[in-house]
Amino acid sequence: MKNNPLRFVYAVPYAVWMLLFVLAPIAVIVYYSFFDLSGNLTLGNYRNFFSSIYFKLTMSSFWYAFLITFFSLLISYPTAYFLTKTKHKRLWLLLIIIPSWINLLLKTYAFIGLMGLYGPINGFLETIGIGSQQILFTDFSFVFVSVYIFIPFMILPIFNSLDKINPTLLDASKDLGASSWVTFKRVVWPMTIDGVKSGVQVVFIPALSLFMITRLIAGNKVITLGTAIEQQFLVTQNWGMGSTIAVFLIIFMFLIMLLTSGKEKGASANGKTK
Amino acid sequence: MGKLSSLPRIYLALVFVVLYAPIFYLIYYSFNSGGGMSNFESFTLEYYQAVFQDTRLLIIVMNTIIIALLSALLSTTIGVIGALAIYFMKNKSMRQTVLSLNNILIVSPDVIIGASFLILFTLIGVKLGFASVLISHIAFSIPIVVIMVLPKLLEMSTSLVDAALDLGASRRDVLTRVVLPYIKPGIFAGFFLALTYSLDDFAVTFFVTGNGFSTLSVEIYSMARTGITLTINALSGLIFVITMVLVLGYYIIGNKTKSPNQGVKR
Repeated sequence: MKNNPLRFVYAVPYAVWMLLFVLAPIAVIVYYSFFDLSGNLTLGNYRNFFSSIYFKLTMSSFWYAFLITFFSLLISYPTAYFLTKTKHKRLWLLLIIIPSWINLLLKTYAFIGLMGLYGPINGFLETIGIGSQQILFTDFSFVFVSVYIFIPFMILPIFNSLDKINPTLLDASKDLGASSWVTFKRVVWPMTIDGVKSGVQVVFIPALSLFMITRLIAGNKVITLGTAIEQQFLVTQNWGMGSTIAVFLIIFMFLIMLLTSGKEKGASANGKTK
Repeated sequence: MGKLSSLPRIYLALVFVVLYAPIFYLIYYSFNSGGGMSNFESFTLEYYQAVFQDTRLLIIVMNTIIIALLSALLSTTIGVIGALAIYFMKNKSMRQTVLSLNNILIVSPDVIIGASFLILFTLIGVKLGFASVLISHIAFSIPIVVIMVLPKLLEMSTSLVDAALDLGASRRDVLTRVVLPYIKPGIFAGFFLALTYSLDDFAVTFFVTGNGFSTLSVEIYSMARTGITLTINALSGLIFVITMVLVLGYYIIGNKTKSPNQGVKR
């Protein structure tokens, strides 16, 4: 191709998109974080963020995100592992993925019924003699529903990395006298660590910023960074404070990405969670 | 690999049951004449009728579909352009930078996208409603299309382009008769993903929708906040069927091209 300056003229729409919807949004968020409610330039929002209320909020948000990621991993790893050993693994994988294509709101809504006072879970507890419990609007229900939502996104990258392992390696390990636990620890796990990392990435970041599950399932008992941002933007209309929290969420996001970015590429193609 | 023993089988079965239970639970009770999501009384289709008689809801469904189709179409166009631009970039570090910028919107939490777009639209003066929702959906779908199309471009042998040029094809011909046909599966996959991302989006739409305009997700959210309405159940039954059709379509396209990446929605 010749090197004329008009070579990239066709790329203008894409460049405009990048300027307007990737760079500008970050810029306006940072810009707004320096203004208070009445439009004065201030550092007050940042001072606020480091006050005990927001510190606690950040900590609890991280704690919940950690719990959600941990349990998702705990359930997903064996699932992915067993899936790779089934006969029609691609088909089974698709079946695991399908629930994630159903509208998020509908699945969350289902749990309102399932976990309600007269719902089937309480009915079950009643029959086995425990008696009905308040399940909805607790932090348990919040973590449970979130894990439910995120499991498919965790399974997919782990499945892909497990699927890539050359089976002869496992045979070699067995032939050399390793027990299946040692084989798992020394061969399988290290080879799937990148899949686990990208799974953690696609679960942890959205888990920090969930707000609709907290509202519908946890009944405002759990406040995450996402809930706080939504609250500041849409309820109290304090865009400055909302932006400040958003700035920190962006920083956390980059840190998590740094921590979980494997050398392997392609993890980003696995899609994103909401 | 060996056959699965019984314990893993039970485990997998359990995961499947848990994953599907809420969905079938919703659909099951959509036929309940009792009016709630417990105590199934008798079979009825009245909630499905209610869905089709509720003009407000139907308008919202139409809005959602129009937004999804338009945003998928436009984002696919811009995304393909973007992928081509990245592909033809000679400078390696520049290409890497553009690629990382491209991925920012994919990994950003929705709340951030929603909040920042809200500020942006208010600053520029875009009225919140159809336009703002459409623009946002286009914006967050573009990087997904790029991610789906770029690998196809990269796996295309450069000698194809060279051969076409040597044989006297104009650059326009190269694009329309060599490159685009080659990356067509990637384009379709990107379009499908963009479509489903748009249909499924809640958080971003929730921020930029304003009053008076609503998509299905936002509507379900406000309905669910007021409690249980079996109309939502009936709606979910319908959505489940449509989703299955879309997934099947995507799966068939994906299988035809033997793409290693299964697309996943947020």
